[in-house]
Amino acid sequence: MSSYYGQYGVVLAVALAGAGLVAVAFGAARLIAPSRPGIGDKLVTYECGIDPVGEGWSQTQIRYYIYGFLFVIFDVEAIFLFPWATVFEGLGYAAVVEMAIFIGILAVGLLYAWRKGVLRWV
Amino acid sequence: MDALDWALLVARVVAVFAALLVAVMLTIWFERKVIADFQTRTGPLRAGPRGILITLADGIKLFFKEGILPAMVDRPVYLIAPVIAMLPAFLAFAVVPFGTSVTLFGREVPFQVADLNVGILWILAMTSMGVYAVVLAGWASGSNYPLLGAVRSSAQMISYEVGMGLAIVAVLTYSGELSMTGVIEAQSRVWNVIPQFPAFVVFLIGGLAETNRPPFDLAEAESELVAGFHTEYSGIRFAMFFLGEYLNTVTVAAVATTLFLGGWRGPWFDGFAPWLGPLLWFVVKVVAVLYVFVLIRATLPRMRYDRLMNFGWKVLIPFGLVWVLLTGAVVVLPQEIGRRGVLLAGAAVLGLVLLASFVAPLVQRRREVAS
Repeated sequence: MSSYYGQYGVVLAVALAGAGLVAVAFGAARLIAPSRPGIGDKLVTYECGIDPVGEGWSQTQIRYYIYGFLFVIFDVEAIFLFPWATVFEGLGYAAVVEMAIFIGILAVGLLYAWRKGVLRWV
Repeated sequence: MDALDWALLVARVVAVFAALLVAVMLTIWFERKVIADFQTRTGPLRAGPRGILITLADGIKLFFKEGILPAMVDRPVYLIAPVIAMLPAFLAFAVVPFGTSVTLFGREVPFQVADLNVGILWILAMTSMGVYAVVLAGWASGSNYPLLGAVRSSAQMISYEVGMGLAIVAVLTYSGELSMTGVIEAQSRVWNVIPQFPAFVVFLIGGLAETNRPPFDLAEAESELVAGFHTEYSGIRFAMFFLGEYLNTVTVAAVATTLFLGGWRGPWFDGFAPWLGPLLWFVVKVVAVLYVFVLIRATLPRMRYDRLMNFGWKVLIPFGLVWVLLTGAVVVLPQEIGRRGVLLAGAAVLGLVLLASFVAPLVQRRREVAS
């Protein structure tokens, strides 16, 4: 058990080392990089080089959000697949058939979305 | 654990960190050189022999550049995004075994930072953290093009993540192990790339899309979106994005090596520095995968966005699903109907495919003649 937590402790150490690297890099940049804010139009959003028009947060297509939904469905499916993949060998072909049914139901969902034209990018 | 253990642990973490940073430096140089060769240019030449220090020079230059904080940005999110871009890449690499082990001061030091029992899941989790970096950076910039780039590439990354995850599930189904050491252990006889070649291809495509590399670099398609999600970044914060991107590339190459190419396995002289061979083999394989990445970048144009999403959802994901089930069936069937039955069934399927490929052109020709 101690080695189990030990391994995650090591991961934590890596995270700390990464944070340390970030801190050192940002600190060093703060020390040596010039900082003269507010000269002219320097703080205006760059966008594409011309003066930006309107607010920065423009509206985007709703389609992205539908892809987000689809992703959640299939990612949750993957969550089920991982534990299945580690144990199904002992359970025989019944486990494979059951998983095939589960995936089949989801595939029908994908097919429905496909037929509905959700996946068509206009 | 005593002081020596702690010292070795710290040394291991620091060594892997330093090695990764050097790897990123060399990868960028390697990519620029190889692409220059493809385009009959010389590429970087000035900094160091054959321009090998070019990345270091670029990095130092970025340290001396002012980090401009535009007035419109959402400050905390804008500042944290580059860190999120970089940190998970290190964490993902932490579970990759890059060699066997070496005995130092009477202790066995494994060539792997942490052997998590959920290694593969950990890698999936960490690589998908990259989406947050892109989305937060694009949103916090308060600018149109970064926002567009971020939204578009988040949809791309999550789509291809599903495909990549399915390829990983297929490997898992085949080897039955979740930890990275276990996956390498399972490849002692034959590398996964041979029985799992389709999964390998899906993984590479997914990996390219996940790291926003060409031909899937729509996050920063400069002809459409200026520089995509990091348009408003400058100085060291921009450098962090760049570092994170190449770290992710190296990590994906390392994971592909581990899952499909046998990891550190390879022939080596008996008795002579037994730890060196696996390490060298690992490096060689990772460089080979990186070379394929660069080759793809040099050959293929950027994909159009609708085609990208079509390919992801209509080809990659259905194929991944079928392949996972097929792998499952192939693993389980020998228990049920015996090895001979599986061979017979495989031969039957192959025969049917061959027959179909002979018959299909004939039918098509007749239809053409009829019309």
